[in-house]
Amino acid sequence: MIVELGHFALILAACVALLQGVLPLAGTWGDRQRWQSLARPAATLQFLLIAASFAALANAALTNDFSVKYVANHSNSLLPAAYQLASVWGGHEGSLLLWVLMLAGWTVAVAWFSRSLPQVMVARVIGVLGLISTGFLTFILTTSSPFERLLPAAADGRDLNPLLQDPGLVIHPPMLYMGYVGFSVAFAFAIAAMLSGRLDAAWARWSRPWTVVAWVFMTAGIGLGSWWAYYELGWGGWWFWDPVENASLMPWLFGTALIHALMVTDKRGGFKAWSVLLAIGAFSLSLLGTFLVRSGVLTSVHAFAADPKRGVFVLLFLAVVVGSSLTLFALRAPKATLGGKIGLVSRESMLLINSVLLVVATGAVLLGTVYPLVVDALNLGKLSVGAPYFNTVFVPLMVPVVFLMVPGGIAHWREARWAELSRRLRVPAIGAVLAAGLMPFVMETWSWSGLMGIALATWVVLGLLLQIVDRFQKPGRIPISFWGMHLAHLGIAVVVVGITMVKGYEVERDVRMAKGDTVSIGPYSFELGPVMEVTGPNYKAARAEVKVTKNGSTIEILHPEKRRYFSSAMPMTEAAIDSGLFRDLYVSLGEAIESDPPQWSVRVFYKPFVSWLWAGALLMVLGGILAVCDRRYRKAEK
Amino acid sequence: MKKFLIPLALFFGLVGFLAVGLNRDPHEIPSPLIGKLAPEFALYTLAKDEQKFSPKDMQGKVWMLNVWATWCVACREEHPVLVAFAKDNQVPIVGLSYKEVQPQDEPAGKKFSPEAKLQLARERSAIWLARHGNPYVLSALDLDGRVGIDYGVYGVPETYLIDKSGVIRYKRVGVVTPELLSQTILPLIQKLNAS
Repeated sequence: MIVELGHFALILAACVALLQGVLPLAGTWGDRQRWQSLARPAATLQFLLIAASFAALANAALTNDFSVKYVANHSNSLLPAAYQLASVWGGHEGSLLLWVLMLAGWTVAVAWFSRSLPQVMVARVIGVLGLISTGFLTFILTTSSPFERLLPAAADGRDLNPLLQDPGLVIHPPMLYMGYVGFSVAFAFAIAAMLSGRLDAAWARWSRPWTVVAWVFMTAGIGLGSWWAYYELGWGGWWFWDPVENASLMPWLFGTALIHALMVTDKRGGFKAWSVLLAIGAFSLSLLGTFLVRSGVLTSVHAFAADPKRGVFVLLFLAVVVGSSLTLFALRAPKATLGGKIGLVSRESMLLINSVLLVVATGAVLLGTVYPLVVDALNLGKLSVGAPYFNTVFVPLMVPVVFLMVPGGIAHWREARWAELSRRLRVPAIGAVLAAGLMPFVMETWSWSGLMGIALATWVVLGLLLQIVDRFQKPGRIPISFWGMHLAHLGIAVVVVGITMVKGYEVERDVRMAKGDTVSIGPYSFELGPVMEVTGPNYKAARAEVKVTKNGSTIEILHPEKRRYFSSAMPMTEAAIDSGLFRDLYVSLGEAIESDPPQWSVRVFYKPFVSWLWAGALLMVLGGILAVCDRRYRKAEK
Repeated sequence: MKKFLIPLALFFGLVGFLAVGLNRDPHEIPSPLIGKLAPEFALYTLAKDEQKFSPKDMQGKVWMLNVWATWCVACREEHPVLVAFAKDNQVPIVGLSYKEVQPQDEPAGKKFSPEAKLQLARERSAIWLARHGNPYVLSALDLDGRVGIDYGVYGVPETYLIDKSGVIRYKRVGVVTPELLSQTILPLIQKLNAS
């Protein structure tokens, strides 16, 4: 019964979404105040209805109601409660429900925090969000309802995919979705600005904090996903250039460019059309990501079921939303006034170059992601694009982006003088060269790419220290957003160090071991102890004991596992990791090899600085949060 | 105005490719084994004797190799199609029972001996085939999955068509449907039989 109520609430939500999409927007023509004022209550009502619907599904999962097809397919009575809850978004239908729940949540947040905005603007923004929500709710109700019953009911559920049974995966999708969906707010602001016909700087000011919040969620989601892949998949990798990963990276890159372009639009009145295009692009890429993930047009490790009907719907929706907004863009952008004049060397020009580079990098990732599909569509055969392409194309584009972060931060607005700029850049430049020059002496081996990475990271860190010192010499209170920006930029430097060190100095050993055998990497040696059979709530596992010693003294006992979940035939690897600030020791247990004495295939990794990747992401997240906490945004609301 | 239309044009180009891509199956991967000799093996069969089956035994015949297992859910969907097809006697269908005994079948802390595995696989498969019908002339038991590796099996069910000289001519990953049989597989069988 509760399930049917949930379904009904979702149908009502779709009706409310349609009203929320149509009436306030219609009210902006002819200035019907009453219609416009419907936007806020409609958004709140829609959120409550979707939340009720989500709660109904969660309740079914938690109470093991296997007469609900979705629950029977994604949950199991043996599953721990936290994962039963996570199973609500573990499959296609439920994850879409989470999508619309978040969209409604963002809309309500906009409704609440936009008291200072003109009503007509709010009506437009909430109206656009209502239309998007209508599309997604229709999609759920017509092709992917999670409330379908299964009669007769299943005795027990098929269980959540074992790969997803992990704390990291419980929060990774909601984070990522918050990011994806959050870009809809910047998108709605951009559309509202174009609808108003006045493509001025006001919309940029309003959408800045929203964009940063969405970007923060996206960064956290990508970081978590990468971390999860690292410790859960058992092959020690942290980024695979998988289509689904790329689907999240592309909006992130656009979002990063958007944050910076919006700053120029807000502060200098420049890049108006460019900011609108980036806002449309960031959300379009979020939709495209949803399409790629949900339609099954690409093969991926995330391997979602392919259903052509769903694919057609999402593609049509994508075509309508993006097509109409780009048409609107083509009509309105030519009327956008240009901002102040920009010198060839100025903060604006460097921010522009950087955002263009980020867009080009996104294009390169997009090309690599859809290339197999394009080649197949042209009947030129089947192929897949792998990491070598992405690394070759992506890295050279990112190097100048990171490089320009420093002069971009130091240069003056409008027009910077070469002589002054180059004088001030002397310290970071010398520091970077010194750091790179020391590398071959500190490390046993070196490579050009390694030198480049270290030089870049030093360059960024010294550059931001220089800016902080400069700022202290100026009068006035330092805003929190200043610290936010530098923290986020520091995060980039930390990630660069992580990537450089892992790529340059990781060591992998793939060995067969029997009890008592040892394998060593540098000063560390790993001794395989007994392998025991252990039983978890819904799996059995072989758990090995690996003693790690450094120069003879024991530093850690690791317990890698090979799990077999009752519900699926696929064995799962649980790697054991000894994490440290400067290195991770990573052991994963492979297949048992039938022999006498019994042997196991074991993979051992030494990964220097790998935790810096996620520390960097965390710094970016914190930086973003600080930037949003800035007083001027709170002031703007009052 | 014109330059502002560029994003729109680019986007619709992409949508065009995505639309075509929707009608393609990305999982349909051409096997590198097509046109090559079927890998050799010698495996016990479901029949309770010590006779082993080898692809050599089928020399001079066009035959079909179908990978299956009792634990495979998709096989239940495919099975009636194969049973009906076998009645037409178009081509002998040889089963390859793939990793019938799964590790989770083993009691905690114990491993089956190869003999026990063989016995369990034979018993379970016989019951399953008795219930669902038996389209196979015989079914070889790939208990450890090594033959599966040679054939590049990455999902059950899979189906191979092998010609008179032992060359793989066709591979299907996933369920064989009546349409696939009538439109692709049967014409190919007739062509191969004629040559």
